[in-house]
Amino acid sequence: MFGVMKVVNLAHGDLAVVAGYIGVGVIAVTHMPVLWSIPVVVAAMAIVGYILQRSVIQSALSRGELTTLIVTFGLSIIIENGLQQFFTANSRGLGVGDTFITDSFLIGSQIIIPYLNLAIFIIAVVVLLGLQQYLSFSRYGRLIRAVADDREAAQLSGADYRHVFGIAAAIAFGTVAIAGMFQGMITTISPTLGTDTILLFAFASVVIGGLGSLWGTLLGGVILGVAQAVGAQFNPSYETLAGYGVFLLVLVVRPQGLISQGATS
Amino acid sequence: MSGRADSGAPLLEVRDLVVHHGQLRALSGISLTVYPGEVYALIGANGAGKSTLLRTIAGLHHPTSGSIAYDGKDVTGLRPEKRATAGIVMVPEGRRLFPSLSLEENLKVGATYARKGPWNIAAVYELFPWMKDRRGQRTAQMSGGEQQSVAIGRALVANPRMLLLDELSLGLAPVIVQRIYAMLPQILASGITVLLVEQDVSQALRVATHLQCLLEGHTTLEGTPAEVNREQVEAAYFGVSDGSHALWPGLTPLSRACSPEAFTRCSRAACP
Repeated sequence: MFGVMKVVNLAHGDLAVVAGYIGVGVIAVTHMPVLWSIPVVVAAMAIVGYILQRSVIQSALSRGELTTLIVTFGLSIIIENGLQQFFTANSRGLGVGDTFITDSFLIGSQIIIPYLNLAIFIIAVVVLLGLQQYLSFSRYGRLIRAVADDREAAQLSGADYRHVFGIAAAIAFGTVAIAGMFQGMITTISPTLGTDTILLFAFASVVIGGLGSLWGTLLGGVILGVAQAVGAQFNPSYETLAGYGVFLLVLVVRPQGLISQGATS
Repeated sequence: MSGRADSGAPLLEVRDLVVHHGQLRALSGISLTVYPGEVYALIGANGAGKSTLLRTIAGLHHPTSGSIAYDGKDVTGLRPEKRATAGIVMVPEGRRLFPSLSLEENLKVGATYARKGPWNIAAVYELFPWMKDRRGQRTAQMSGGEQQSVAIGRALVANPRMLLLDELSLGLAPVIVQRIYAMLPQILASGITVLLVEQDVSQALRVATHLQCLLEGHTTLEGTPAEVNREQVEAAYFGVSDGSHALWPGLTPLSRACSPEAFTRCSRAACP
């Protein structure tokens, strides 16, 4: 969303949590398997994204880029309090069932990799590949890049940039829905998790990787994750500290991010 | 003038257009009528309001008052993208290509919401044969003349009826400008009507079937290139007139060759 519309979405983490809760709701009602519920949640969040973009975020955008910061911050507060109201402050998990969630394999004798985490990483790569293909070759992908380049010139070519923004937001919300579902599978989700954890780590990943770069963000996420795991090896309380240490180091050494000027997202 | 009206109903009719940029009054009641098949040239010095007029017709500025009718329908309140899909397509000043897109992708964006018509990407490659081999290139690496051609191609693939060309010659060498204007007959032959803004007056006089001179938001001269002489154009362009802003005012020839400072003084006096 930043790459296309210059919107810094402070509610991004909360939206992941909302997606997780929608997943909880969908599974409770339909009793479908967790993995099958993902496409349903993604579609629901994409629709929410389009509507939210065309209504609240667009009208904030037309009042200046800074306004979107305040509006998405407001959205974040509304979402967190709304979730606490309806789902209580208790953590919820999305049970994957069977032993998939608990099984793991070893690399060497030290590194333990759970199958679930591996599956999530593979899906993340597949999603990124899909996004890249979509942005590169589809009609709307092309329009999204064109609008990001020059909104007015795109209008002169007949493109309604508000609709294109809506599509971009739908993609962003759909992607964050996947993240939220996996968050619920790996650990648990709770109403304030979005800002407390997800948003900050997501921003750190994006900045480490390079703003607007799809693969940079993945790389940033991996580096952040590895740094945290290594830090935790020394002392469990170093986990978060190690992550932010790397974050600061990147800001000092390579403030533009590891991969700058990549594909826009 | 009666010859123009013979060509049927006007394609574009602008009435008493007033446009403000904030506090600044950029256009003070401009009217113009473009008939199908014309090459209508708007000339004038920097800041005369030519580009503002073109951008307002394209829908990028909202007029304070006045109206714009296209093909007999009022489009004054229509969004720019709706005007584009209705057939009013502009080649904006400074080309405004999509720098992160390849040449062909730029054309594809132009064709996304295209009307039906003779133009498509293949036809543009026929008009500009060099493009075919370089279609995968990003346009940022291209020369100004090449970029301008891509911008024209991007507008053509939308199959406009009313093509607005804003300062095609801007920043280009004269020989390149000549080459770009050389494809105008082919565009006209495909049934497109052209309204262009040009600072290069001799270039405008060469291609135009009708011309209108703006000065500080007012019309100072209007006619066919055959009807006007060099002195009248110079006077209308620089604002050395009796200040009436009437068409065909009793203009004094500029044989005195005013200095630029004198022109500025003159034009200030002419437009209180």
